[in-house]
Amino acid sequence: MLTKRIIACLDMTGGRVVKGVQFKNLRDAGDPAECASAHARNGADEIVLLDITATSANRGTLLDAVRGTARALFVPFTVGGGIRTLEDAAAVFDAGADKIAINSAAVCEPELIGKIAGRFGSQAVVVAIDAKKVNGSFEVFIAGGRLSTGRDAIQWAREAAACGAGEILLTSMDRDGTQSGFDCSLVRAAAEAVSIPVIASGGAGSPRDFIEVFREGCADAALAASIFHFGVENIAQLKRELHHAGIPVRWPC
Amino acid sequence: MIAIVDYRAGNLNSVKKAFDHLGAQVRVTDQPEALAVADKIVFPGVGHFSSLQALDRTGRRKTLLEAVSAGKPLLGICLGMQWLFEGSEESGEIAGAGIFAGTCRQFPSCVKSPHVGWNSLAVQPGSRLLRGIAQDSYVYYTHSFYAPVVRETTASSEYGLPFTGAVESGNIFGVQFHPEKSGEVGLAILKNFCEI
Repeated sequence: MLTKRIIACLDMTGGRVVKGVQFKNLRDAGDPAECASAHARNGADEIVLLDITATSANRGTLLDAVRGTARALFVPFTVGGGIRTLEDAAAVFDAGADKIAINSAAVCEPELIGKIAGRFGSQAVVVAIDAKKVNGSFEVFIAGGRLSTGRDAIQWAREAAACGAGEILLTSMDRDGTQSGFDCSLVRAAAEAVSIPVIASGGAGSPRDFIEVFREGCADAALAASIFHFGVENIAQLKRELHHAGIPVRWPC
Repeated sequence: MIAIVDYRAGNLNSVKKAFDHLGAQVRVTDQPEALAVADKIVFPGVGHFSSLQALDRTGRRKTLLEAVSAGKPLLGICLGMQWLFEGSEESGEIAGAGIFAGTCRQFPSCVKSPHVGWNSLAVQPGSRLLRGIAQDSYVYYTHSFYAPVVRETTASSEYGLPFTGAVESGNIFGVQFHPEKSGEVGLAILKNFCEI
């Protein structure tokens, strides 16, 4: 039986893993390679590394971190942050990523999705969407949540899938880092709109939140960062609880 | 030496890395001569069935089939496993190797496609590639087309219907999942291949 995935996300800046609340107030959470291995040992089904302050100047730092992290990681590994061209994506794959996540660049140039998918396969292209509730509907924000686009998040998810995305990584900006639960209505709307897997992100706080987003949000996978970094929730323990609640998970792993 | 066939379709890094980790001597190559001298061949694959066209174009299809008939152990991964069947609905005009009967088809519309994630294996006894792999072990899949369950299927998974997860006949092995991305279970399978 296909299981629901628990994905550990490492937000990185300047080669270090950090975590903030609602994209602000960053705290140091360690070395990416060490964090990734620890999470994988602990039962993470997948690792996502996001360079949250990506600039062309620190591209080398990102590629070094990807190489270092990929070396001893034998679960799927996604990398995002600052990927704007097919060449950027190729360099990240070459450094050892299995999938790339694109966000702002995909909004500005949707053809980029198809270009990368055409060369590396749709399974290798994750379109990340940062969504925020504005006047009752979910709007797409880009540039690390700083710029509003006025576009509808669910409509954009549909378009991204049609362009060749293999998965949607959907972050609720309102819930990010708050540990107040995933936004199940947002996730469900996207999961019903597209036929590709939807990864729920933003707001994970307790096992109950994961159970809800799988049951009510119809998520295929759920991603969390802060609760795993600071030991609030142990992934192995979380999966045991999900298993006992009847959610299919890779457990024991 | 284990040769990983490079036919310019997708990323072979992670397959190589997993064999490196196991201490195996591996070489990523697109040279027919290198395939001819290799002890074993890994035929990875990701993406579209039509990318297999490159095999015919470069003459490596012949080299692979020769190696197979000479009894050289071959492991097809993902698309590489699908190639061992007769063909795929994904690209009807391109012939597979036809070592296993049947055509790869798209998953039924009752399930989301692609099939992405960790699924459990129903393991048949007696497989050399899956030696020591426990029943219901989880492996990582990512694919939109599946190969049917055949007589030579050694493990199947279920997604809308049962399909071939692993297949073997003599020294020919195929896995639809990605052993290089399937944690300890996947590494154990690759280790078995190294020891065949």
